[in-house]
This record gives sequence, structure tokens and C-alpha cells, in this order.
Amino acid sequence: MKIFNFHLMPYQHADVDAIRRNGSAWITFSNSHYDAQKGAELYHDYLDQLEYAVERGFDGVCLNEHHTTAYGMMPIPGVLAGALTRRLKRGKLAILGRALPLLNNPLMVAEEYAILDNLMRGNFIAGFVRGIGAEYHAMGINPSESQARFDEAHDLILRAWTEPGPFAYEGKHYQFRYVNPWPTPYQKPHPPIWIPSQGSSSTIEWAAKMRYTYCQTLSPIATVARFFDMYREQADRNGYQATPDQLAWSNSIYVAETDEIAIRNARPHLEAFVNAFLKMPVEMLLPPGYTSTESMKRVRAAKVTGKSQTIEQMIEAGVVIIGSPNTVREKLAAYQDLAGFNTSLTKTQFGTMPDSMVRENIDAIAEEILPYFRDRLPEGTAKAAAE
Amino acid sequence: MPSHTESSIEVAGCAIRLMRGGEGAPLLFLHGASGAGGWSPMMARLAESHDVIVPEHPGFGASDTPDWLDNIHDLAHFYVDVIRALGLDRVHLVGVSLGGWVAAEMAVRSTRYIETLTLVSAAGLHVKGVEQLDPFLMTDEDRLRAFFWDPALAEPMIARLLSPEAEDVNLKNRAATARMTWQPRGHDPNLHKWLHQIDVPTLLVWGDTDRMFPARLGEEFKRLIPGAELVVFPQCGHLPQVEKLDAFVGAVRGFIERSADRSAS
Repeated sequence: MKIFNFHLMPYQHADVDAIRRNGSAWITFSNSHYDAQKGAELYHDYLDQLEYAVERGFDGVCLNEHHTTAYGMMPIPGVLAGALTRRLKRGKLAILGRALPLLNNPLMVAEEYAILDNLMRGNFIAGFVRGIGAEYHAMGINPSESQARFDEAHDLILRAWTEPGPFAYEGKHYQFRYVNPWPTPYQKPHPPIWIPSQGSSSTIEWAAKMRYTYCQTLSPIATVARFFDMYREQADRNGYQATPDQLAWSNSIYVAETDEIAIRNARPHLEAFVNAFLKMPVEMLLPPGYTSTESMKRVRAAKVTGKSQTIEQMIEAGVVIIGSPNTVREKLAAYQDLAGFNTSLTKTQFGTMPDSMVRENIDAIAEEILPYFRDRLPEGTAKAAAE
Repeated sequence: MPSHTESSIEVAGCAIRLMRGGEGAPLLFLHGASGAGGWSPMMARLAESHDVIVPEHPGFGASDTPDWLDNIHDLAHFYVDVIRALGLDRVHLVGVSLGGWVAAEMAVRSTRYIETLTLVSAAGLHVKGVEQLDPFLMTDEDRLRAFFWDPALAEPMIARLLSPEAEDVNLKNRAATARMTWQPRGHDPNLHKWLHQIDVPTLLVWGDTDRMFPARLGEEFKRLIPGAELVVFPQCGHLPQVEKLDAFVGAVRGFIERSADRSAS
């Protein structure tokens, strides 16, 4: 299994009570709560953590994009990725991903990713997302155009990377007389494309059809397994067998001496993450037109955004893995076998967790977990491959 | 005799639901973001003096969502086709909220088919500094309560909206509203430039406590449309046709009668 270090870069000094009073850390939570002196230190700590994780043996690092929120300070992930390219001595760099529909000029992503792929000498992974509903409130983009803009932007970027320029592009949302980006990607025909999603069936179907690596965001492991099954079924329908390398699970892992100590240490940080930083009203998460009426009804009925969760519930559901080295090894192996993935996108920092704890966690994972998983494949696949 | 008929008509490749009742000069009513709903007391009252025609906008309720539907201008052009398809010559055009914006966009294009124009709590204009609630960051319940001066009046609407059978229609209406009003939010930055071209009698009706499209916007329409009359009801929110039904019907009918007298004399 490949294990990447995924950072959300939360503004961890945010007043959690103030977030709760506001109802969300997103969109309406005033940036007067942001202290740039503290934020500057956080950016450097977080970049140091990612660099350290790769030094200690993680297979790569992942960034993402969110806007107008204390949940993550990465509205422009390319800036942070650029800083990392000069310091990573090995491993991959992934942006998971840029939210294409928010852009009025998606050619800038073709350019930005091509630069990063050059800087990384081909060790760059290109993630594309629609962005969650909140981004549409933040950036003034019409949510009902989200899917159409994504499709068109993706098409434009792929053509910009693979067809010799200049050529003209005439879409409904994007038009360019001269598509001819300099530079072009280092990897040919283009960097690997990874698609993170909350589990939309149309996204899974599309990713499988395109043979893009599908990344499942924060979900209980049983749900993850179900979505990965859907991906494999879709691959079958498209006439090929999906490999575990096409499936990535995004999780949080925290390792300490014993289960008890791990849970005690992680509790305030994980519960702040899930019950404050992540929380938003359904109107913010799913603006009208962002998704189909059917998905909208499912989410409204589930009232997923309203529930508070304890660390015990998240461990029980297999959303996170927290415990002693032995517990974490056993669970990660069991989950890998259950869901059949070969990439783990692992947050070692979450919520309010301070730097010293994150470093201890990275050390513990590097020493106690990574060596055990280096050559490990999901059970069924290993067997299938051997036969 | 039934109070009204309901039918489906196809115009510009789009089937829409149409309610129609009453006799007299044709009055085309363009509904707001909450949809056409049923034959309301307001429609029934206006039908005592007029041939009231209430189409359900493309994208809303039982009407189709055509591929060509991108913005409010598409609706404005579509309703010219509807007027022609129904064989009407000139209509009394009444639009509320989002429908008021459509009516204003029609009128700046041409008043060929418009006898009189009535804009009620209309969207379409923006005035810097005028505070408006964001209907997309409110729950359905909070939004409906904010529509009224007396929020108790929202309760029957909330009960109807939250019924399972209404959920699909509500989500469809919300998606269509987002499609046409999300950005720029609820207005067209070019509309104000051309309102001076409107050359038919125009009535503007507002509630004094409209928090969605405040009465200040009504004053702006009045400033920009030559000869427009503005009526502002006290203790009234975004839906004067519900909250001040009698006064609303009286104002619209009185305005149409006065306009007829003026053009006859």
C-alpha cells in the first residue's frame, strides 16, 4: 500500500466556541478571527510536517482546495505545492484537487499543474474536483452550472495537455481563440488524474470509465467498501478489471503507546475537527442545483451535517483509525482487505492538534505502520494476482 | 362552472403547465421563485374582472426544464412565444418577485404585447447598500417566515412545503431559481440602463417590510420607469398578494381601470 500524508491545513487557533455559535466555520465565520501572525507560523509548521512525513518514509503528500473557511487555509493550493517542490527529496506531490468549476479560466490549472509536474520532474498527481457546495457561496459561481463547467474544464485541460497548440476551444462556458499552454506536463501524455468525491454515483461511474484513480473522502469504511465495489463494477462494464491502485481512501490515523492513550490524546482535536471545523448547514453544503433532486433528498433526509460525533463513534464506524501500533496495523489491514484499496491518504494532523503531537504521530506511523504495509496488497487481489 | 382550467401547452419545445380562469381582458400573471402553486385567492379575485392566465415557468413544478433555459432573459423571450401561441394581442402583465423581473425584462425589449405592466416586489435591480436576505443560506422555514410582516402567516405555507409530496417540486423550483438568480444575485446589472424605454402604464406594488427585495428597490424602479406609480403597503412583507390580498386586488384592478380610462380619453 502507498501511504500519503494528507494535510487540510486548518486554522487550528480558531475559537471553537465562536465557530459553534456561528453554526459553521465556513462562509459566514468572520475572518476577523484570523490572526496572520499565528497563521504564518501554521503555514510553516504544516509544510514542515509534510516534508518531515516524506523524509520519514511516507510515499507522498496531498493538498486540497477550500475557500472562505477556518477548516482549511488552502484556497490556492498551488502556492503551497510550489513551496514543497523545492524541498521534497523523494515521493509524490498530489493536489486533490483543484475545484475546476470555480474558475473562469481553467487553462490556468493546465498551466499551474504543468509547472508543478515540471518542478517535480514527473512526480506530480493532478486532482480535479467540483468543490463542495460551500465554495459556490464563497466564489459566486452558479451551483446549477457546476457539473457542466467541470465537464468542460476537464475536457479543455486534457486537450491543452495532449494536443499540440495553438488550437481554438469553443465551449458553452469557456472559449479560447488560442489554447497553447507553455509549459506542457513533464509526464506524457499527462500526470495521473485522481478524482476525490464524497461518493456521488455519477462521479464514480465517470472516474471508472476514464480509469482515473478514485479517492473516497471521509466516510465509514463500510460505505467506502460499497463505493469501491461500485467503481469495480463500473470498470467491469467498461471492459477492464480495476486494480487496487485505482482506489484511494482518505482517513485520519493517530498512533500512541496504547489505545487508551491514543483516544485520550486525539479526542479534543478530532472532535473539534468533526463537530466544529467540518460542520455546516445543509443549505451551505448543497445549494440548489448543485446535485440531482434524488441526491439532494437523500442528504436532506439523512441530516448528515447536523449530527455531533464522538471519537468512539468515529473509530467504531471506521472513519478514522486511532490506537496502539498493533490496533492501527490490524485495522488498516482489515480495512484494506475489506475495501480493496492500495492507497491511503492519511491525515496525521486534524482539527486543533498541535505540532508536537503531529510530529510524534508521524514518527509512530513511520516506525510502527509504514514498514508493515510497504508491500502489502488487499488480500483478495494478492490471491487473484498469484493465481 | 369551474373557477379555472388547467392544461399543458407546448411552446418553443417546452411543455408548461397553464392555469386559466375568468373573463375579460387577458391578464398574464408571472409567478415568483416559490412556483405557480394552485389557483390562489388572488388569482380567483382577479378572475372576477379578467381572463387570468398563469403559466408555470419552464424549470418549475410540472413544467419541463428545457436545455435552452440558462437565465432570466431566456424566460423573457419565451413569454413572447407564449403570448403569440395563445393568440393574445396585448396583455395586462403582472409579475411578482422573480416573475416581476421577467416582466421588466420583457418590457425593456418591447411593449408590443403589453397593455399595462405591474411589478410586485420585483427582483431585477440592485441598489448599493440596500440589505437583502440571502434566500440560499436560509432554511425553507426561515425563508418563508421572512416573507411576511406577520410570520404567523407563513405557517400554512410551511406545512404545505414540508409535505413529502411537495418536496420534489420545491427542490425543482429552488434549482431553477438558483439557475436564474444566483449570480449576480437576483438582478441584472444592465437592466437599469434601459428601463426608461418602457412606454406603457406601470404600477409598482411593494410591502414596506420586504426583506428579500426591499421597497427601496421599488423606489428605484419608479425613478427609472417614466410615469410609474408606486404603492407601498404598510405592515406588509414580500408577498403583498397574500398578506394584503384585498388592498392588492384593489390596487391592481384600479390601476388597470384608470389606464383604460386614460387611453380612451
